[in-house]
Amino acid sequence: MGLANYSRDDADRIVKVAYPSGIDVKTVYGPEDLERVGFSYEADLGDPGEYPFTRGIHHEGYRSRAWTMRQYSGFGTAAETNERFKFLISHGSTGLNVAFDLPTQMGYDSDDAMAEGEVGRVGMAVDTLRDFEIAFKDIDLAGIGASLTVNAVASIILAMYQAMAEKYGYSPKVISATPQNDILKEMIGRGAWIFPVEPAVRLIGDTIEYSMTTMPRMNPVSVSGYHIREAGATSAQEIAYAILIANAYIDSVLERGYDIDRFVGRFSFNFNIFGNLWETVAKFRAGRKLWARNLKERYGVKKPQNMFMRGMFGGGGYGLTKQEPENNIMRGAYYGLAAALAGAQTTGLCSYDEAYTIPTPHAALLSLRTLQLLMEEVGLRDTVDPLAGSYFMETITKEMEEKIEKEMEKIEKAGGIVQAVSTGYAQRTVARQAYEFEKGIQSGRLRKVGVNVYTSETPREVELHEYNYASAEHQVESLRDVKQTRNNRDVARALSELESAAKQGRNVMPVLVDCCRAYATIGEMTRVFRDVFGEFVEPSIV
Amino acid sequence: MEKRIKILVAKPGLDGHDRGAKVVAQALKDAGMEVVYSGLHRTVDQIVRIAVQEDVDVIGLSIMSGAHLPITEKLIRKAKEEGIGDKMVVVGGVIPSRDIDKLKQIGAKGVFPSGASFQEMIDFLKENVKA
Repeated sequence: MGLANYSRDDADRIVKVAYPSGIDVKTVYGPEDLERVGFSYEADLGDPGEYPFTRGIHHEGYRSRAWTMRQYSGFGTAAETNERFKFLISHGSTGLNVAFDLPTQMGYDSDDAMAEGEVGRVGMAVDTLRDFEIAFKDIDLAGIGASLTVNAVASIILAMYQAMAEKYGYSPKVISATPQNDILKEMIGRGAWIFPVEPAVRLIGDTIEYSMTTMPRMNPVSVSGYHIREAGATSAQEIAYAILIANAYIDSVLERGYDIDRFVGRFSFNFNIFGNLWETVAKFRAGRKLWARNLKERYGVKKPQNMFMRGMFGGGGYGLTKQEPENNIMRGAYYGLAAALAGAQTTGLCSYDEAYTIPTPHAALLSLRTLQLLMEEVGLRDTVDPLAGSYFMETITKEMEEKIEKEMEKIEKAGGIVQAVSTGYAQRTVARQAYEFEKGIQSGRLRKVGVNVYTSETPREVELHEYNYASAEHQVESLRDVKQTRNNRDVARALSELESAAKQGRNVMPVLVDCCRAYATIGEMTRVFRDVFGEFVEPSIV
Repeated sequence: MEKRIKILVAKPGLDGHDRGAKVVAQALKDAGMEVVYSGLHRTVDQIVRIAVQEDVDVIGLSIMSGAHLPITEKLIRKAKEEGIGDKMVVVGGVIPSRDIDKLKQIGAKGVFPSGASFQEMIDFLKENVKA
């Protein structure tokens, strides 16, 4: 995915260019193409900051503010993660993006049999509030926002974040957290699901509701086309599925009787960038327009600022390679360029060694510098939406819009996104495409530098981030310590209350905060949910 | 008629990255093998149980999280305990080259780090599986 399909003749002349989203690219574009697609500045673009926001959601773009650079980070214990946070902040990072280990994401404590070999491996190990106290020590929680890359247990982690912030004197009204909190994409492309679709969506509804009642600076969801793309979706599908998924969450909150203008403005998105630059930029421009139109026409959203497709655009894991890893530094630079040309509010770059390992400090720093270079030296702050008016870009933006809508229609025909996920239709679609793409790489039809063209003889090993067994043991000991020193009666009472709330359909967030304050563990809280909600049964794919 | 090779493509542990496993499963199916896909979040015990129930020839582990050494070791031990220690075990995923020998020492017959081709896997299985 992401690579254009090139047909070449015997003289290596490119005779056909087809983007995976379904767009054929001409050799040359001119005014007649804009006419052909019926381009109109007013209808199709508008000024930056004006509906339909094709050119960007802010009037001045990066002139008023550089993008937020949010590198995904976290590993081992909370103390190690706290160190990495401070390192990044001291080097100019303007937002945190917290990585949690798999046991945490899947609702298991570090001493659970299921957690073996995974504690602190792909992210920070979190068992109780104690870990969050350590992880966020000395961080200005009012000044710096934290993306919490967690989904199935997002409600629990968010509650824990609030409990931790309160301990440091920050009211829930001032802290800014963005739990990823998008379960439908987990089921399509990331795999960190626990509960069945309905209760999982209900929990998301609880957090969105909580953002209205208690945490106004929270962005309750980061609807992620990113992982769907990683799983094999095209750029058009990435946007299409994300819009439909966001709509499913909107619908679940509307059912509770809320006015959409009260909450939808805090929705955020997470999109992927790799491969072809032009298709990527067109995707975002078309995506902004379609999201705004979706909100205005389908839902009757009134306030323009609630129609922004605010997002973290970056990545993009799938584009990077294990072979010749230093090429990933250059790829990262181009992906960063695409993000800037697309007007990303927030961005982050996968580090060049990420095909192997958690980023080393050096690699993480290189990613940060890449993004800083674009803003400071290369001129990406100069003007908003610089590619606007390009015959090429405006034509393919309009064509991308059409392709995205077509993908949305296919899902509607399959019964809607919730149905498409429950039956496996969406999963099968992307898995099949992933297979076709891989065949293309292995046959050489799709060219990937360093992989099947321009390869080097001697492979170069990358410095790895080693798994720290001692750190995992330390975590288990800390957990034992917390369990011994906490008030277990308080914990039992809070968990019992959680069970009632879950069963009775009450918003679980306030009760979760109580559980966290009492130092209930992630595992204990998740077990309550597992007992009440059950577990998702994966539809068959192969 | 030659009996088809039956392979279990398994996702052990908590890792949710299944693109590779699903792609390989489709490739092996296209190559004429019978493929059982375990789905995500399987414990070693569950994988061995499926392997027994389905009477597979090969157990293929797909591990992207970096936990390939402890998981493979645990699986091979469990397979022996359950009387299917003779089944071939192959491992694929995010595997640094320096771990390939370690995996083979643990008992994995074939190791396919990312970048391995379908043809390599298919040839290996056809040559090495006693079906």
